[in-house]
Amino acid sequence: MPDEPAGKASPSDTATGQAMRRRRSSGIGAPIARSRFLIIAVAVFAGLGLAWWAATGLDLVKPIFLPSPASVATQLGKLWADGTLLTDLEASIYRISVGFLIASVLAIPIGVLIGSFRTWEAAIEPLVDFIRYMPVVAFVPLSILWAGTSDVQKFLIIFIGTFFQQVLMIMDNVKRVPADFVGLGRTLGLPDRKILTRIVVPSAMPGIWDTLRISLGWAWTWLVLAELVAATSGLGYRITVSQRYFQTNTIIGYILLLGILGLITDQVMKALGKVLFRQDSRS
Amino acid sequence: MNSPKLRIKSLHKSFGAGARRTEVLRDINLDLADNEFVSLVGTSGCGKSTLLSIVAGLQDFDSGELDIDGSPIMKPGLDRGVVFQSYTLLPWLTAQQNIEFALKAAGHDRATCRRIALEHLDLVKLPHSANLYPSELSGGMKQRVAIARALSYRPKMLLMDEPFGALDALTRHQMQELLTQIWEEHRLTVLFVTHDVEEAVYLSDRIVVMGIGPGRIMRTFDVDIERPRREEVMESAAFMDLQRNVHKAIREASRRPEMA
Repeated sequence: MPDEPAGKASPSDTATGQAMRRRRSSGIGAPIARSRFLIIAVAVFAGLGLAWWAATGLDLVKPIFLPSPASVATQLGKLWADGTLLTDLEASIYRISVGFLIASVLAIPIGVLIGSFRTWEAAIEPLVDFIRYMPVVAFVPLSILWAGTSDVQKFLIIFIGTFFQQVLMIMDNVKRVPADFVGLGRTLGLPDRKILTRIVVPSAMPGIWDTLRISLGWAWTWLVLAELVAATSGLGYRITVSQRYFQTNTIIGYILLLGILGLITDQVMKALGKVLFRQDSRS
Repeated sequence: MNSPKLRIKSLHKSFGAGARRTEVLRDINLDLADNEFVSLVGTSGCGKSTLLSIVAGLQDFDSGELDIDGSPIMKPGLDRGVVFQSYTLLPWLTAQQNIEFALKAAGHDRATCRRIALEHLDLVKLPHSANLYPSELSGGMKQRVAIARALSYRPKMLLMDEPFGALDALTRHQMQELLTQIWEEHRLTVLFVTHDVEEAVYLSDRIVVMGIGPGRIMRTFDVDIERPRREEVMESAAFMDLQRNVHKAIREASRRPEMA
C-alpha cells in the first residue's frame, strides 16, 4: 500500500492557543525574560552568601570549619598582597595551558580521522573507549613514579583526563557533519583530503569548539588533583598546605577562586565561539 | 536519433549481503536525450533517489551499464551537477562564496569564479543576496543558490533529488516556475526526482513511474504540453488528465508486491 499520510487534521487552533497561554510562565520549555533569569540567578547566589554570612556571624559553626566571608576575603587580599596568590595562579595557569594544549592539538586530528574513516575508527575508538574508563585518579601514583613532582607530571594527568574524552567527543562532532555535505564535495570531484580540510573540519568546528570548552572545564579538576598530591606550587598545592595549618579561610578562598576561574574561562570560550562561528546558527 | 546523453542499461542494485540482501533496483533501462527533462516518480522505497545517487556516482551498483556521453560513470564528477533535498550550502560561506567554492573546485581562477558566481546569482534572481550567509536566507533562497552552484560549473547534466521537497507550497510553486524558465532559456539534460506529480508534469518532457519490491520502471509518460509553460497550464484539461493518469500509474505500481 502506498504510505499516504493519514490526513489527520491538527487539533483546532483555539485549543492549542489556550494551552499556550496557560503554559506561558511555567511548564516545560516555557521561555522567560532575560532580566527575570538574571534576577533569579543572582538571588540564589545572594541567598547562599547571606546564609553563609549569617551562619558565621551568629557563631553557629566554628571558624575552623567555616570561616566568615570577611575572613576569607581578608585572607585572599593578604595572599594577593604578598604575591603568593599571583605565584600560585601563574604556576597553575601555565600547567593547565600546556597540558590542555597538548591534549587538544593531538585530539583534534585523531578525532577527525576516526570520525571520518571507519578503519581508523576500528583501530582507535575501542582502545580509547577502554582507556577512558580507567579512573584518572588511579594514574596519579604512576604519573609520580614516571615524572616525579615536576610540571610534566601535571601535564600528564591533565592529558590523561582530557585527551581520551576529547577524541571521542570530536569523533562525534565529525560524524554529525551532514552526509550531503560530504556528498557535495564528492560531486565537485574533490579528493578526500580536500573534503576533510575544506568541508568536514570547518563544518565540525563549532562542535569541536564546544568540546574544547567543556573539556577545559574538566582540565581544571585534573590540574588541582595533580597539584594536591604532588606539587610545590600552584593553587592545589596551596590548598593542601593550608589544610596542614588549619587555614580554612585560604582553602575556601581558593576553592571559590577556582570556581570563578572556571566560570570565566567558560564564558570567554563561549563568547569567542559566538564570534568565530556566528554564521553557523544552522537552520 | 542522436546518441543519448545519459544511458542506463540493465542496472541492478541491492543493499546488504547474504540473507539480509535486499534488491532495491531491478533491471533499470533508461535513456535521456540531450536537453531532455525527465522526472522519476514513485512511492517511497521505489529506489528513485538511489537511482539518482548512482547516476551521481555517490553509490555503486551491482551490474549493468551506466554512461554519460558514451563514457562510463565510475565516480562522482563535475560533469554532473547535483542539487540535494537537504540544504547543502556551507554555513560559513556567503551565497557568492558557496558558488565560488564549486567553481574553484572546477579549477577557475579567482576573477572568473567571482564573475560566474555573480552571473548565476542573477540567473536565480538573487542579485542582492551575494553577501548573505545561508542562515540569513530562506529555504527557497538556499535552494536557488544550490541550483546556481550546480549550474555554475557547466555540468553536462543536472541531477535533482526532491530539491523542493522541504519547501512550503507557495515557495515550491515559485521555484518550479523559476526552474522551468531557466531550463527553457538555457536547455540542459535534467534528471529530477520528486514525489509531487503536479511538479513532475509541469517541469518534465517525460515522466518515469517506478514501482516497489524491488524498484523498477513501470511506465513512462511523454508530456506533450507545449512550452513555454506558465502556471496557467496547470489548469488545462491536458495537464489535469496527465496528472490523473500518472497518479493512477503510481498507485498501481505500488500495489503490485514482489512475486517470488
